[in-house]
Amino acid sequence: MATRQTRTLARFMVAPSVIILFVWMLVPLLLTLWYSLQRYNLLHPDRGGFVWFRNYYYCLTDPAFAQAIGNTLILVVGVLVITVVGGILLALLLDQPVWGQGIVRLLVIAPFFVMPTVSALVWKNMLMHPQYGILAGIWSAFGMRPVAWLTDYPLFSVTIITAWEWLPFATLILLTALQSLDEDQKEASEMDGANFLNRFIYIILPHLARAVTVVILIETIFLLGIFAEIFVTTQGGPGSASTNLPYLIYVQALLNYDVGGASAGGVIAVILANIVAIFLIRIVGKNLDA
Amino acid sequence: MAREATIQRKITVTAAAWIVALVIFFPILWTILTSFKSEGDAINLSHFFSTPWTIDSYFEVQSRSDYFHHFFNSVIISIGSTILALLFSIPAAWSMAFAPTSRTRDLMMWMLSTKMMPAVGVLVPIYLIFKTLGLLDNVWGIMTILMLMNLPIVVWMLYTYFKEIPVDILEAARMDGATLGKELVYVLVPMAVPGIASTMLLNIILAWNEAFWTLNLTTINAAPLTAFIASYSSPEGLFWAKLSAASTLAIAPILVLGWISQRQLVRGLTFGAVK
Repeated sequence: MATRQTRTLARFMVAPSVIILFVWMLVPLLLTLWYSLQRYNLLHPDRGGFVWFRNYYYCLTDPAFAQAIGNTLILVVGVLVITVVGGILLALLLDQPVWGQGIVRLLVIAPFFVMPTVSALVWKNMLMHPQYGILAGIWSAFGMRPVAWLTDYPLFSVTIITAWEWLPFATLILLTALQSLDEDQKEASEMDGANFLNRFIYIILPHLARAVTVVILIETIFLLGIFAEIFVTTQGGPGSASTNLPYLIYVQALLNYDVGGASAGGVIAVILANIVAIFLIRIVGKNLDA
Repeated sequence: MAREATIQRKITVTAAAWIVALVIFFPILWTILTSFKSEGDAINLSHFFSTPWTIDSYFEVQSRSDYFHHFFNSVIISIGSTILALLFSIPAAWSMAFAPTSRTRDLMMWMLSTKMMPAVGVLVPIYLIFKTLGLLDNVWGIMTILMLMNLPIVVWMLYTYFKEIPVDILEAARMDGATLGKELVYVLVPMAVPGIASTMLLNIILAWNEAFWTLNLTTINAAPLTAFIASYSSPEGLFWAKLSAASTLAIAPILVLGWISQRQLVRGLTFGAVK
């Protein structure tokens, strides 16, 4: 079947995608690398030149940079923990026979389709506003002092908002995985007198392992790049309390016009993402092949 | 007895599920409700339900800021980038699914790995290139970026769908004397269309909600809804009713598309690993 002709044709059909992806990945990356070794500020175009690794030195010794990396990790891990644990519990709940199951499902997955700027602004204003927000209303109804969420607990607030956006995704995938669990197996274990906890630990959890790793992998890719949620709520503040790596690089590049410094930050972000990706692909690869 | 216990259990589970679902959905519900209030009533929790409802905010959003300009930008950008991505990826996915070589697997993994590259890593050069070429705040520019961003997902998704088309059926058609043209029109296309359609749907959703490049590369002319709504984050004044009206209109179409395509979403976003 696969004659030389069809093979040539196949190559021609794959080539355009591969070429544009390759260019899209390589050219900007090389430019970032090149800029990162330059002294290049858009406000002072006259003062330029090759400075070797000075930008990296400034970046890595800047306490704001270390904080941004810390914040990025806290954000990613925080959202992962909330969405995976919450997602498993929700999936278990939604897997039960329930009246109005279809509608319940729709309501639960809805937040995933809300654009990040809308979710963040709705949470910032209508829910977390220290004076008029719903949470403030609930707090005062119980006689407590309303909390200024975004000023006093900025990173925590951003984590909650992001977790709200991603909980439906985790739930949907874990629920899909749960529904593929063999009914006979469940019944057999019930007949053997296994209680819920035992069934959960020995049957359900191992069955979900693959879906959980997939959720972690995909969420991590997106969560490392969280930007809009911070952009419209805390603007990285107060100070740099909620600045993550993407936001820091954005500030450096588009607000401070420091192309060199921002590029060095970008290169470090790429390296970090790749370290995470290698770990993840290893773990996921093990799980996916099995 | 046993039946009664089951029913009781079902009532409990139903109640729990509905409460949880409503809590999760609450921010969206509240946004929709707030959009029908006047600005003064929108921030007054104690009178929220006793004050009159109005649709004024919807008109004001349009008259003050030309809402539909941004709405159409969103439509053009998300649909345009999706069609572009499909043009590139249908042939690629097709040939990888039906004429795989020894390198196909590596190629697929490489495409997936391009998604691992953080967008901030290339923000600076892309911004400068766009600035030089005059593509900042340009619909075509942002469309191209979103197309490139989602291309790996589109190829992967199509590949998993095409993989499921049985090759035998093509041979059967050929044995029955179908010409290549007939084979395409009557056998291949009908089997490929559902997969292409759901890929398209998912990609439109992703492009509609994309909020890194749209915020950084557009300002007014090409700004889609993500960027337009971000302009409500300015600290002056509380325009919650207008924010809510703009938000409701922005999420409604995609919410409907999302609900229709939830099954495909699982498949697409997990690169076929969970079905």
